[in-house]
Amino acid sequence: MSIDEKTVRKVARLARLALPEERVAPMAQEMSAILAWIEQLNEVDVEGVEPMTSAVEGPALPMRADLVTEGDDPARVLKNAPKSEDGFFVVPKVVE
Amino acid sequence: MTDLTALTLAAALDGLEKKAFSSAELTEAFLGAIAQANPALNAYVTVTADHARAQAKASDAKRAAGKAGPLEGAPLGIKDLFCTEGVRTTACSNILGEFTPTYESTVTANLFRDGALMLGKLNLDEFAMGSSNETSRFGPVVSPWRRGNDDAKLTPGGSSGGSAAAVSADLCLGATATDTGGSIRQPAAFTGTVGIKPTYGRCSRWGIVAFASSLDQAGPIAKTVEDSAMLLQSMAGHDPKDSTSLPAALPDFRAACGKSVKGMTIGVPDEYRVDAMPAEIQALWDQGVAWLKDAGANIKRVSLKHTKYALPTYYIVAPAEASSNLARYDGMRYGARVSGKDLTQTYEQTRASGFGAEVQRRILIGTYVLSAGYYDAYYLRAQKVRARIAEDFRLAFEEVDAILTPATPSAAFALGEKSGDPVEMYLNDIFTVTANLAGLPGLALPAALDAQGLPLGLQVIGRALDEESVFAVSSAIEKAAAFKARPGKWWV
Repeated sequence: MSIDEKTVRKVARLARLALPEERVAPMAQEMSAILAWIEQLNEVDVEGVEPMTSAVEGPALPMRADLVTEGDDPARVLKNAPKSEDGFFVVPKVVE
Repeated sequence: MTDLTALTLAAALDGLEKKAFSSAELTEAFLGAIAQANPALNAYVTVTADHARAQAKASDAKRAAGKAGPLEGAPLGIKDLFCTEGVRTTACSNILGEFTPTYESTVTANLFRDGALMLGKLNLDEFAMGSSNETSRFGPVVSPWRRGNDDAKLTPGGSSGGSAAAVSADLCLGATATDTGGSIRQPAAFTGTVGIKPTYGRCSRWGIVAFASSLDQAGPIAKTVEDSAMLLQSMAGHDPKDSTSLPAALPDFRAACGKSVKGMTIGVPDEYRVDAMPAEIQALWDQGVAWLKDAGANIKRVSLKHTKYALPTYYIVAPAEASSNLARYDGMRYGARVSGKDLTQTYEQTRASGFGAEVQRRILIGTYVLSAGYYDAYYLRAQKVRARIAEDFRLAFEEVDAILTPATPSAAFALGEKSGDPVEMYLNDIFTVTANLAGLPGLALPAALDAQGLPLGLQVIGRALDEESVFAVSSAIEKAAAFKARPGKWWV
């Protein structure tokens, strides 16, 4: 399937990626080429096949006990924060 | 004294045990080799010399006290995708900035528990997305190998290009690596080293920067099959912090090396005879079959009929999972933030300036195939084809104990040669990606040189959790191939 520029802008928006206007057309072409190559999957008969969602066979993933194992160390959590204050992350205003 | 850096891991541990040299001496030898080679090869993005010296000193003391671990005093390189406590970890992406983890990945913690020490962090394709190590924020790794006397710069492969180049150039005894579609095995094949991607779930993914979670597995790159078995032994094991980590007992991998393959049945899949496969690769494969026959194995043709759909399947599943995993890079909690006029613009600019071109392309593809209206046509269909591919292997393994294939469709190519066309670059993983989709162990090892003097590799694929057969078959090939070629140290 060919991807048009409008779709590229929409997908970039969904992915929260600022795409400069001059990159939109080339990106549409690159994505179309990749998706055209992927189209060959339509040849495969997948009637009645269960989708494979995990590389691990067997029983469902184990649940661990719902207990606190680590924590109470805000300084460690904030160590790499671009901005922090008084034990909190500082982020841009979310609600106007 | 012999060149300590040229030793295998097994030989170095033996020398340490016999007090022929200390870990401190071994470590100095590697730090010297890195200082000499790294300006030319760019394999290490961070050298942790002081850290390594301190670890070596402590390790020598531990050994003297009779408390040596299985890898005591062995200097390793760590792919910069593994979080290392107190040491910058970047995934070779700008978006991680100077991120310095406050915790240790389970795999590296396991290695350090067993006495290994870290020389530094190794280069890779950004977020492990690439087959040539050209998408790294630190620039490409240059392979230690050259085509005869031609000084054209070749790729060591990717994404674990730094790991493969460092092992091949004697800049560490062994290295950690990761493999999502072939990122351990393709660079190993390109550099004449040994790399194994174990069964999905053998190694904990905890603390490894995520790319595509249902495909990512850690494994070693090493100089010999035995060395790779010893490293995997330490790296692997159940970890409650990764729910996909398998609670399976760890066999003795080293003991599996050198086990006879007499009476084993080795599968040769028809579908891996791809169009336009170079004659040298076909000849290498035929030679591998002959070696195993001579060693007493039975050879059987098998059919893996959905092989040709593996790469297109991968290029839906991997970008889809990547777009989801990489959503966490929002510039709020770590990494580099680029402020915009509002929150959305801050996100968009942070991500646009932090991610490189290939990563952005995959995020967009992944977002597209997961978006409303396209999910069934792409992602759901890909998961069904993936089930077909896994089924092919299940059927084949009813008849054979291991499968032999070429590791890559060509020898290493030059830097810049394939960066223009993404699909052409993706085709590098044509022989390796199936094992990721099916969750199976696969090992690449060097088997011959091509006409230009570059290494070519074979791949052995095994049943889930049967790395032992993979090691047995691989060591039989290693013995027959007697591959001793090393790159000339032109950077000295």
